[in-house]
Amino acid sequence: MALTTLNIQQRIQEKFGESVSAVVDSYGLLEITAPRELNLKVLNFLYDDAALQFQFLTDLTGVHYPSQKGSELAVVYHLHSLKENVRIRFKIFAPIEQPEVYTATGLFSAANWMERETYDFFGILFVGHPNLKRILNVDEMDYFPLRKEFPLEDQTRIDKDDEMFGRGGTIK
Amino acid sequence: MSEQHIKLPEGSIEKTTTTLNLGPTHPATHGVMQNILELDGERIVSADQTIGYIHRAFEKLAERRPLAQITTLTDRLNYCSAPLNNMGWHMTCEKLLGVQTPKRVDYLRVIMMELARIADHLICNSIMGVDAGAYTGFLYVMQFRELIYEIYEEVCGARLTTNMGRIGGFERNFTDKAFQKLEKFLAEYPRALKEFENMFQRNRIFMDRTMGVGGISAARALNYGFTGPNLRAAGVDYDVRVQNPYASYQDFNFIIPVGSTGDCYDRWLVREQEMWQSLSILEQAYQKIQAFKGAEAEVYHADTPAYYLPEKKDVYTKMEALIYHFKIIMGETEIPVGEVYHSIEAGNGELGFYLISDGGRSPYRLHFRRPCFIYYQAYEELVKGSMLSDAIMTMSSLNLIAGEMDA
Amino acid sequence: MSRPVSYNLIQKPLEKDISVAPLPDGHQGEGFFATSLDSVIGMARKNSIWPLPFATSCCGIEFMATMGSHYDLARFGSERVGFSPRQCDLLMVMGTIAKKMGPVVRQVYLQMAEPRWVIAVGACASSGGIFDTYSVLQGIDQVVPVDVYVPGCPPRPEAIIDGVLRIQDLVGKESLRRRNGEEYKALLNSYGIQ
Repeated sequence: MALTTLNIQQRIQEKFGESVSAVVDSYGLLEITAPRELNLKVLNFLYDDAALQFQFLTDLTGVHYPSQKGSELAVVYHLHSLKENVRIRFKIFAPIEQPEVYTATGLFSAANWMERETYDFFGILFVGHPNLKRILNVDEMDYFPLRKEFPLEDQTRIDKDDEMFGRGGTIK
Repeated sequence: MSEQHIKLPEGSIEKTTTTLNLGPTHPATHGVMQNILELDGERIVSADQTIGYIHRAFEKLAERRPLAQITTLTDRLNYCSAPLNNMGWHMTCEKLLGVQTPKRVDYLRVIMMELARIADHLICNSIMGVDAGAYTGFLYVMQFRELIYEIYEEVCGARLTTNMGRIGGFERNFTDKAFQKLEKFLAEYPRALKEFENMFQRNRIFMDRTMGVGGISAARALNYGFTGPNLRAAGVDYDVRVQNPYASYQDFNFIIPVGSTGDCYDRWLVREQEMWQSLSILEQAYQKIQAFKGAEAEVYHADTPAYYLPEKKDVYTKMEALIYHFKIIMGETEIPVGEVYHSIEAGNGELGFYLISDGGRSPYRLHFRRPCFIYYQAYEELVKGSMLSDAIMTMSSLNLIAGEMDA
Repeated sequence: MSRPVSYNLIQKPLEKDISVAPLPDGHQGEGFFATSLDSVIGMARKNSIWPLPFATSCCGIEFMATMGSHYDLARFGSERVGFSPRQCDLLMVMGTIAKKMGPVVRQVYLQMAEPRWVIAVGACASSGGIFDTYSVLQGIDQVVPVDVYVPGCPPRPEAIIDGVLRIQDLVGKESLRRRNGEEYKALLNSYGIQ
């Protein structure tokens, strides 16, 4: 039996009821959203269920929505059921004051560095991660650069003339 | 000599292992990545990988740029096969914008993508030879990579970071000269590839250096998120071109080569076979291109004036073209709100683009799924228990590109 | 399969095939040639530069092409690419240098013996290029003194060769006293190098 988004929706509704939502986005991909406490439960269910078998973690990343109060940070998983060749997106949201999310490293070895990168960029704390430290940036960095409030350019540099680059400032 | 003189520092008796720092500028790492190896004699006890030495903040940069300007960033991800990344990005945008490309554009894209794949595999395989001590193969096949670069130059004007194509197609039609160069490449390359293959494939030294080295089982490879040739070498026939066809790959006949043990030798063989398959795809695509006659042979972009940047001569002479040019350049085009994940089979695995658009001129968030980044975390598991020289071999067989790894 | 052998068909005068480094200015007579020590050493140095490729990204791939058979940097006396900073004369920085990498570049530069030259290949090494971001060093001249900048993103192999030739000009003309001079010391001091 081919796996359709309808089947997956039904299976998830049976298992989790109303707390987990599963809607098809405008590009035909099923998007599952769950409360952040349930993320491992949902991932485990998707992994183990004989009909679903979402056992390949394609991608894991974070998103920052400063305007959504109480759920500023999102963690987005892209899962792939290789057997049925179906992809889904799984999202959880966390407040920025307490961005704690359970780690998926127990389930997917691939999640290790992806979670470290997400921590490095957004400061999402993955509870239970074996080695949660910065991966791309220097350890001394004291902010999470991909959050929207931080600028792209390095604020401390003195080499580039802001006026020449159309960013205000004066020629010294 | 009294006992006091030969007393070793506290704790050093227990430590029988040596710490070796490999990288970030070690010539054998082919890129800036660091490995801190713990060695017992020559055997590797543990490895600690550090990356980020060339982190360039692509994802933050992409949040400031209109869609068309992000192509230049994708060039610099895996710079050994820039056109693949370019096309992948254009297709992601097209998916977001709902643009349908004509068949001829798809086939032209297939030609450029397969050429890029050959260039990528060629570098990886010949560098594996260099690491095993055979410099000749590298020097020999580099000449043929130059032929590929000449085709790139004819199509888009650049050699390495191509910035090729636009959303909806190509910036201009391929010239006759480009096709002549392609013919030349198709005529000359197979012989050189065969010679290259003969040099390595049954070469005792090369086989001894690579067989049984850095192997991984299919289950572990999947768990680690391996894709592309590295996963296929472990025996899983997962290829994005077949599983989720894009750019009309369903119109082509080709085989997915798979290995069995997932070791360095299998990876080398899989890449080698993929080059033959790419050659076959190139020939099929060229035949399909030649079948277009008359006005159809002039089609090189989709008919979407709202998103496809008009030709410069039209901008100077036609009102609509000027308006669209202005709108596209200034970021005034209508961009739908939504989230898109699109992936292609890049040179070393599934290259994914996760694009969140809030309707603004630039993406709200763009995340690249970089295959190299995902492979490298498995490195410790691959080299644990093997010899120091195998660590080098394993690294080059994974085809790790630092630019892609660190984004 | 036999290969076409063309180089024996047309006899060329020998001196056109083999390029000999031109003699420096000096006085010449029967059995002697007199010139300044500077120019002899300059001539010797400039035609035997050992480059240290510090390749991090895209420009490194173009350097591979430059070293490869097609463009062949070996023609200009830089045959021997050394990977040990202790033995090399010319540090070629190719590619983006992130802030995490900055100290490493400096370390490599410090490990090189005098006289040493530095060439920044490509926009990223010269000025940070398109990566005006929080993580990228805006040009390696922030951490080490640079002699020649090669523009391009990435530069073509011809441009890299041109950069090496410019370095050769510098090397050939350099005074033997320069490295002991006050000006040079002040330059190094401005980088915090003693």
